Amino acid sequence: MTQTFRMDKPQPRLLDETRQGVIGTSMDRPDGPLKVSGQATYTADALPEGCVHGMLVRATVTRGHLRDIDRDSIADIPGLLAVVRDPRFLRNPAQGMAGEAPDQPGDRIDYHGQPVALVVAETFEAARDGALRLKLRFDSVAAEVDPDHATEVEPQDPTESGDWNAAWSGAAHQVDVVYTTPCHASAAMEPHAAVAEWQGDRLILRGALQMLRFNRKELADAVGIPPEQVQILAPYVGGGFGSKLGIGTEAVAAALAARELGRPVRVVMARQTVFDAVLRRTETRQHLQLAADAEGKLLALGHDDRVSNLPGEEFAEPVSSASQFLYGARATRFRQDMVRVHRVGAGSVRAPGEAVGVIAIEAAMDELADALGMCPVELRLRNLPDQHPVTGQPFSARALADCLREGAKSFGWSDRQAPGARQEGDWLIGMGMASAARPNMLVKSAARVRLSAEGAVVETDMTDIGTGTYAVLTQVAAEMLGLPPGQVTVKLGDTDLPGASGSGGSFGASSSGSAVFLAAKKIRDRLAAKLGCAPEDLSLQDGLARGANLEAPINDLLAGEVLVEEAEIKGGKTAESHFSAGFGAHFCEVAVHRWTGEVRVRRMHGTFAMGRVLNEKTARSQAVGGMIWGVGSALHEDMSHDPRTGHVVTRDLANYHIASHADIPRDMQAVFLEERDDFANPLQSKGVGELGISGAGGAVLNAIHNACGVRIRDIPATPDRVIAALEAAGR
Amino acid sequence: MRAFDYTRAESLDQAAAALDPAASVIAGGTNLLDLMKLQVMTPERVVDITRLPGLDAIEPEGEGLRLGALVRNSDLAADPRIRARYPLLSRALLSGASGQIRNKATTGGNLLQRTRCPYFYDPAMACSKREPGAGCAAQGGVGRMLAIFGTSDACLAAHPSDMAVALRALDAEVEVRSRDGGLRRLALDELYRLPGDRPDLETTLAADDLITAVILPAPVAGSVQAYRKLRDRASYAFALVSVAAVIRMDQGRIGQAALAFGGVAPRPWRDAGLEAMLHGKTPDEALFREVAQRLTADPAPNPDTEFKRPLLRRTLVAVLREATGLAQPSIGTDATKDAA
Repeated sequence: MTQTFRMDKPQPRLLDETRQGVIGTSMDRPDGPLKVSGQATYTADALPEGCVHGMLVRATVTRGHLRDIDRDSIADIPGLLAVVRDPRFLRNPAQGMAGEAPDQPGDRIDYHGQPVALVVAETFEAARDGALRLKLRFDSVAAEVDPDHATEVEPQDPTESGDWNAAWSGAAHQVDVVYTTPCHASAAMEPHAAVAEWQGDRLILRGALQMLRFNRKELADAVGIPPEQVQILAPYVGGGFGSKLGIGTEAVAAALAARELGRPVRVVMARQTVFDAVLRRTETRQHLQLAADAEGKLLALGHDDRVSNLPGEEFAEPVSSASQFLYGARATRFRQDMVRVHRVGAGSVRAPGEAVGVIAIEAAMDELADALGMCPVELRLRNLPDQHPVTGQPFSARALADCLREGAKSFGWSDRQAPGARQEGDWLIGMGMASAARPNMLVKSAARVRLSAEGAVVETDMTDIGTGTYAVLTQVAAEMLGLPPGQVTVKLGDTDLPGASGSGGSFGASSSGSAVFLAAKKIRDRLAAKLGCAPEDLSLQDGLARGANLEAPINDLLAGEVLVEEAEIKGGKTAESHFSAGFGAHFCEVAVHRWTGEVRVRRMHGTFAMGRVLNEKTARSQAVGGMIWGVGSALHEDMSHDPRTGHVVTRDLANYHIASHADIPRDMQAVFLEERDDFANPLQSKGVGELGISGAGGAVLNAIHNACGVRIRDIPATPDRVIAALEAAGR
Repeated sequence: MRAFDYTRAESLDQAAAALDPAASVIAGGTNLLDLMKLQVMTPERVVDITRLPGLDAIEPEGEGLRLGALVRNSDLAADPRIRARYPLLSRALLSGASGQIRNKATTGGNLLQRTRCPYFYDPAMACSKREPGAGCAAQGGVGRMLAIFGTSDACLAAHPSDMAVALRALDAEVEVRSRDGGLRRLALDELYRLPGDRPDLETTLAADDLITAVILPAPVAGSVQAYRKLRDRASYAFALVSVAAVIRMDQGRIGQAALAFGGVAPRPWRDAGLEAMLHGKTPDEALFREVAQRLTADPAPNPDTEFKRPLLRRTLVAVLREATGLAQPSIGTDATKDAA
């Protein structure tokens, strides 16, 4: 067994010494050609011989019990094989990193849309026909579905510091406002899918999943077999955004049906089912209280929120996470209420916490700057804390001030005018800004690296959910081993390979990359010994090893041998001694139509500091993608639930609006500041994807205010809300 | 999806003979196939008319144009005669759907597309449009996309087409062929029914009627045309409200005005009274507000659509300002030109 490396102290910046020159570059994805030519086999593309098709059947009551399945109601369908119903079916997908099965409610129904059975047929069409027509009988009881009126409220433990009343009451300026955000769907392009096949007692599952090391345990636990008998394959995943963190209802249903029928079973969710039954982001109600002295120094900072979830689900959106460390105040208060409602369960959706919480705190900061008559950038610069205000930890690396200053400069922030002052025809033009922050994590990860004359092979059960893992791990291995990237092969998405962090929480590239780094470092040390130099003197480049005035081709040193090294890393003392987070600043210009209330983002710049950039191109895609989600959350995204049944009404991508191309301006820039986070991991890198979302929507809202002088506090800022605010202001 | 029989019609007679209440015509299929996958529509037979000859041309008809029922939305929008003389139709088409869908969707199919009411789309929800007498789950549900004019207790759904709104403002007629080969022309208000207590009956067409063409009369000479669509994102979304306008100015006064509204009714909505208020008047923002106020005088039938009243008012004022020269025209407002 490999010894696990613990991140207990800063590591040498080896990647600044290596010579191959591929780390950090805009290398193309090695998997790109396969993807654009349709040859990458996503889960639903794999059809083992004899595979049949399953379609999930939903509950059409909100709360109650399934009493009866009328199998005769679909007996006429040609090719129908079975209606599978099993007490081991999941109520909802597992939460991220659960490592065990979620609730298996048997006949109990907890939300409208809960998958309760699987119709299996020879063809996909027949299975879908059966699933849509199968008659079910339910007992139903009254259920609370609206968080605004639900009575089951669980206050969470508050986080408080200082004397609130003293700080608040005497303050020269106060902002006391409520912001609301609606439910969000992950809206990954690939619908959730699973293909299950049993080989004796061994279950092989191809799944659309983000975190295989955890998913294997969850699936085994759900089905009731040891994890060693489960193999999960997920070589390509078509987007996750949190919705594929935990094992899903489709995977367990496919596994149980395949067992029952003795044939491989494929279950692909209809798009509507993805909305009905995959974890949503909670709606939030956020109460912001900011108090400042006449110089703009924060005296009190309060961020209370209300979130919801299904009864029994532990996940609570960490809404005020970034509010707790972005700024310091004499007194702080963070309280959360969890409301229990019978809507589809809530879980992690792209940047849980920051995606909605930073919108609100950054919009409230803008309101405070307004009250003070102070530049919003200056207000933030005046309130950067020396250390984490709640935990007292020093920051590992925090270039927020640089991001604010550099971003303002490159964007042309000094051209900003008073609200309503800039007009082009019927369009009112405004600028807004917001800070960005997202905590950085290191999650236990293992990887194996093989070096032979043919090149290097990296093996880990890490996933690439479209983020660029294949590219980034290729670069880490190529850089460390002095090989052109074309000589590195990365194998991912197979639980028979060393277990990685998986993709989630923006920790995937750094965590799995660190494991590859450490395994490759062991190989470097062996090459140094073969060459006859000290490891620190070794230099590898283009297949040549140099050190201590010696030089030899790596292949000569190998002499036919295959060097295999495995390494595992996990978080250690640096995670306690220092607080690591990515930071950034968004600047945005919008146009608001004075008659119709339409909002168009005209340009947007994000400036970020998130440690070493491993691949400039994929990092940029992540950051810009995050900013686009931010625009969408400010202007479009709104998952609506029926007020009577709680079912999702916007259950397809025509009704659930994410940003379209026409919503995103050409001038959408992400700039990365040079940074190394020595306390984060041996790569000195930090997470990227979710940092781009954080605050982006806030910058849009603040720009709307600067354009037309009204605040939109219930997002998204759709035209009706903008004109309602304009009319309320007499415009 | 339910199994169905497929017939490819070789002639209009053959198509008509294959049609009955259990059959559906398929042309572009951009709406029908979605509805069949969800089993909102479950035709036993699908009659493919895409190979019928002679229905895919845009031809002169008197001083106007005859648009074959199978002319693709993208071809229609790009036609130089349409762009020059009926720019509002081109704008309306391009504001709908996506490039891929417009490449498939046809003129006739666009007119006959079904509402996108989410309760109509969900077979688990009560819907009298799907099942007469079943009730309307949209009453008391989430109603952002519902109509504010012409609704009934049985149905709150709005017609989704942009193209039809433009056609309504242009006084287009629909040519319909009955099974015996007879042709008749219907104004859009004669084609579309209001829901009343039978929202399942959306048009006056018989099951074996076929739309063969849309006839555009000569455009109003020297007019300004506008199509303005308000939606929840900049592209690829159905209208919250839309306004189609044809305005001809006459020595500083409004000589002629035609206005049609989308996203607000079970069919493209037109109110001759509004147009009369504008005739002969000098353009004036106060007048436009008065016209808009009259259009939206009654409360919305559903609280979720109350917002459409101010949104429609303000959009109409913005369109009239541009179309009458009170404000600079923006994208979507065009002066008509003679065809090259």
